[in-house]
Amino acid sequence: MYILLGIIVLLILTIILIYNHLVKMDIRCKNAWSQIDNQLKRRHDLIPNLIEVTKGYAKHESETLEKVTAMRTGNTLSEIAENSELVSKNLKDLFMVAEGYPDLKANQLFLNLQIELTGTEDKIAFARQFYNDSVQQYNTAIQVFPNNIFANILKYKEREYFKVTDEEKKNVEVKLS
Amino acid sequence: MILKDVSRNKTKTVFIITLFVIFVSLIVYFVSLIFVKDAFVAVGIGLVVAMVSALISYYECDKMVLSINGARPATREEFLQLNVSLESLCIAAGLPLPKLYVIDSPALNAFATGRNPENAVVCVTTGLLNKLNKYEMEGVLAHELSHIKNYDILLSTVAIIMVGFVSIIADIVSRSIFYGSNRDSDNKAGAIMAVIGLVFIILSPIFANLLKLAVSRNREYLADATAVQITRNKEGLINALTKLEEDTEELKTANAAAESLYIVNPLKGKREKDSIFSTHPNTKNRIERLKNIS
Repeated sequence: MYILLGIIVLLILTIILIYNHLVKMDIRCKNAWSQIDNQLKRRHDLIPNLIEVTKGYAKHESETLEKVTAMRTGNTLSEIAENSELVSKNLKDLFMVAEGYPDLKANQLFLNLQIELTGTEDKIAFARQFYNDSVQQYNTAIQVFPNNIFANILKYKEREYFKVTDEEKKNVEVKLS
Repeated sequence: MILKDVSRNKTKTVFIITLFVIFVSLIVYFVSLIFVKDAFVAVGIGLVVAMVSALISYYECDKMVLSINGARPATREEFLQLNVSLESLCIAAGLPLPKLYVIDSPALNAFATGRNPENAVVCVTTGLLNKLNKYEMEGVLAHELSHIKNYDILLSTVAIIMVGFVSIIADIVSRSIFYGSNRDSDNKAGAIMAVIGLVFIILSPIFANLLKLAVSRNREYLADATAVQITRNKEGLINALTKLEEDTEELKTANAAAESLYIVNPLKGKREKDSIFSTHPNTKNRIERLKNIS
């Protein structure tokens, strides 16, 4: 009788532990994602200011400027990741171009925006790293036994990594030959 | 590994606070015995004074350390790059954003303080800002963030304030014995004060060394390694440490008790030897270990 009671108590405790663990993992993934999202938004807000400042100095670089301004949003994670990568690349190009304009480089507003935007790039990279680590732990947690039973009941789905998938990478790649 | 270090640091902090409370209670007990006849009242006064000063030390330690070292807040307007670097490293380390301070000094140094990651402070000298590039600075900031993450800051800050407090009392008591003995007409009170003074004079160096034993040098190696883990770039920290090692400027505001807080020992004379009582490992050894991280 007591043994049976003991087993039941033990079972309930295990269930509570597993449940809490899964919920914690889920929340961590959500937080990690919101961090990426925040930084993407911040970058989105900063870019128009950068364009405004740069316009006055580098009139002949309208092509580079337009590229940075042309925003695209994606629906799936890998689309967002791909677009984010594109914006990063265009920003880098813009800062490269800016090297040729000493007046622009001397502008305090431009310098500040450059620091902010480069910082935002770093933050996106770090946030992505943190997110992908969290997702990996989460995905492992919901797949191992007996966690997978609870994950099914709670409808916890496997999460997608924030990265450009191989297929999309191929489309971006430039053919040199 | 790190979790174990965190709990060890917390245990050591509790130990130091307990010692401090016992020590201060005893002293206040003896002092109040001079004025109060009832021993129970004296014990009460002793405990209350000790508890209050321990609580103040625990909650105000970061502010005290900052004001001892003459630090001022680093605003986002004035130090944009520094702020942005710290923000991105915090995302990488998964820490809340600490407050950022600077010390106006040509010396190259940095420290972190506070009682937990939610109430932490990172402080760098303006000399460091001028001499290090962005990546080297990130290495230094990441090193300080590692101290925050490992709760090294709690232990060393509490230790510094409490040891400092005891040595200040020791100083006052010993001075009052030497200069005030002629005026003292009450023999009994004078004798008690003399005994207390003697106890303080004997105990304060023991306290100071206890602090140095408590803050183990290994944590510097650990913080260096964690910093590389955060930045994923060991060259930055290696170059920064090389520059810090080569620099000859001493940080004049650095208090001897606070030396263990800094990334490298602010007092140049103490850097050479690597004994059990030195607060920092030899910088060359640290660079060597960093190079071995793959």
